[in-house]
Amino acid sequence: MNSILITGGRVIDPASGFDGTADVLIRDGRIEAVGSGLKAGDAAIFDATGAIVAPGFIDMHVHLREPGIEHAETIESGARSAAAGGFTTICCMANTIPVNDSAMVTSYIVQRAREVAIVNVFPIGAITKGSLGEELAAIGSMHGAGIVAISDDGRPVMNARVMRRAMELARAFDLPVIDHCEDLNLSAGGDMHEGAQSVRLGLRGIPSTSEDVMVARDLLLAEQTGARFHVAHLSTQRSVAMVAYAKVRGLSVSCEVTPHHFAITDDELCRYDSNYKMKPPLRCHSDVDAIIDGIVTGVVDAIATDHAPHAGSEKMQEFERCPFGITGLETAIGLSLGELVHKERITVARMIELFTTGPANILKLDRGTLKPGAHGDVTVFDTDTEWTFDVQQSYSKSRNSPFHGRRFRGGPVATIVGGTIVWSRE
Amino acid sequence: MVTPLRAAGLLDIETLDRAEIEAILDRARFFQPPPGETYRRLDSLKGKTVVNLFFEASTRTRVSFEIAARRLGADTLTIAAQGSSVSKGESLVDTLNTLAAMRPHAIVMRHAASGAPQFLARHLQIPIVNAGDGTHEHPTQALLDARTILDHRPSLTGLRVAIIGDIAHSRVARSNVHLLSKFGAEIVLCGPPSLLPRELEQLAPGVRLAWDMTEAILGADVIMMLRVQLERQHEAPMAASEYFRFYGLRLEHLDLAKPDVIVMHPGPINRGRELSSEVADSQRSVILNQVENGVAVRMAVLERVLFDRTTGS
Repeated sequence: MNSILITGGRVIDPASGFDGTADVLIRDGRIEAVGSGLKAGDAAIFDATGAIVAPGFIDMHVHLREPGIEHAETIESGARSAAAGGFTTICCMANTIPVNDSAMVTSYIVQRAREVAIVNVFPIGAITKGSLGEELAAIGSMHGAGIVAISDDGRPVMNARVMRRAMELARAFDLPVIDHCEDLNLSAGGDMHEGAQSVRLGLRGIPSTSEDVMVARDLLLAEQTGARFHVAHLSTQRSVAMVAYAKVRGLSVSCEVTPHHFAITDDELCRYDSNYKMKPPLRCHSDVDAIIDGIVTGVVDAIATDHAPHAGSEKMQEFERCPFGITGLETAIGLSLGELVHKERITVARMIELFTTGPANILKLDRGTLKPGAHGDVTVFDTDTEWTFDVQQSYSKSRNSPFHGRRFRGGPVATIVGGTIVWSRE
Repeated sequence: MVTPLRAAGLLDIETLDRAEIEAILDRARFFQPPPGETYRRLDSLKGKTVVNLFFEASTRTRVSFEIAARRLGADTLTIAAQGSSVSKGESLVDTLNTLAAMRPHAIVMRHAASGAPQFLARHLQIPIVNAGDGTHEHPTQALLDARTILDHRPSLTGLRVAIIGDIAHSRVARSNVHLLSKFGAEIVLCGPPSLLPRELEQLAPGVRLAWDMTEAILGADVIMMLRVQLERQHEAPMAASEYFRFYGLRLEHLDLAKPDVIVMHPGPINRGRELSSEVADSQRSVILNQVENGVAVRMAVLERVLFDRTTGS
């Protein structure tokens, strides 16, 4: 089979603690060796001099819209967008049409991904049938078909009793339960973060408490059931504090944050531009500070994009009628470098952890490392090349990004999946 | 950030500067008819077409804009959303693009969604005059309110203004707060807690909040009552039977205010719900002056939006 030698880069592998200039040899889809002066033999050579060579990045929270909403994204286009963003593995949420609540839909996604996706795709199954929050989905069968977690992302389970049963069952299959924490009664009708900006703009607010009360509920249920519980796109100061407390108490709890929640605030809503409309909403400065603090102190385990493509026409409406969500795969590394590494809040090694061992541990994926024998997934990125994000050039089928025109310093250079270069900058 | 009125129409009061507001108010005074007469008829906007696009029911604002445009010699065309292509599922952008292709010189629009005119202004070249957007702003209402206050007071600076009622859902309140604050008025916003979010205090300098109506009215120069907007309230702020008792304006309240206090209301009024009939019909009420000034102020706004565009063409 194929082999490739990635030469001269700074190799950082948080899983093994390695950080230094080295070559990485991948043969037959697996990491064969990391070290200096490796012999290429018949291997193709990729010169990574000046760049960082890391284990393949994992985005544990994306929406690929297939099956059912293919005009916004497909497994193929979403995977291309992921590759261009430096991701080698993505996990797709269940809110497709039909909802991924059965082994049949799971198998369809797995099969389609095998045929058309240039990166690894792992589906996340629904918690309840149709994500209606009432009856548990076929969790065991989906597990057999390849799901890596369960979540009713976007349509959170409001009934605490149903959530309890889901956590109990998930434990039997060793699946993490991911919750989009939102009390739908408190957030009902809201379009943006409730605060000074929503009052000024005359838009209905989504209070921070709508997230906080669900995080609190789920942490209590996780303690009761012993389930592995993961908070999706955590966005508030108090939720960070509650997750930190749960970790101190030894619960199996983890959380992710999105780049947009640590990069921008609700101040951006001033033009009623729906590219700033998502759930949870962009919060205020104190929330952003708390999230970054959580990243620094280790409360936050992973960065995930919540890549949520919507066709242009859906976003070209009155703000209150536009759907929630923005694309994010191609700007994640740039935003993380800009907001976290260049501002010296975390090291680049910690950033890599948030994209590799973090999500891999949560989902128990045998990925996110460059140890010999591991999958040959590698993300090559640099920290200094200046570039501008042009949403019109995006590989996604949708254009709903608030970061169009934003200047970045550093970004993806090449994405290698199973020893094959699936995307490179030039 | 200042939005130049000439380029963008009139979207809100918040981004308008004080000099611009003063210019409109001065010009509106020129348009006010002498007592017992009607508005003078001019032809400064002859040959111009103004489309009034009302996605939300309105009588006074729509008629007021129509009369204002015609008094200036412009042709007007009013489209109510009911019965138009809007109800056939056409999107807002498509509707506006279609109208824009017919080359009107300005579009006056009222819409139930906050930010709808701001959204369209980013996609259309034609100036848009906001005639009320959702629960955001109603700039010409604030201008006509200011004109009305100035007919009774020499200046807005230092005035104590109480705005009472459903502040949370009121575009009239927001526009008035921005305007009055720019001129250094003291503003007390008053209503039941769920209609009075604490963050309103940060809306503009000089704003204070009160749950107690007597506290709000104490020493007031101006009392602005707001309509109870049942259509925008998704849950009752308090028992309906109690609302008038705690937040309805009655004659005895007026004793707490300055002796020459004026009572305003953007209309339509609900007698017995937010103010008593006695107050509405009292000497202190300037509610009909507000309606009258609406035409003069809208003439001034349309002239400014359209006239400057015509120079050189």
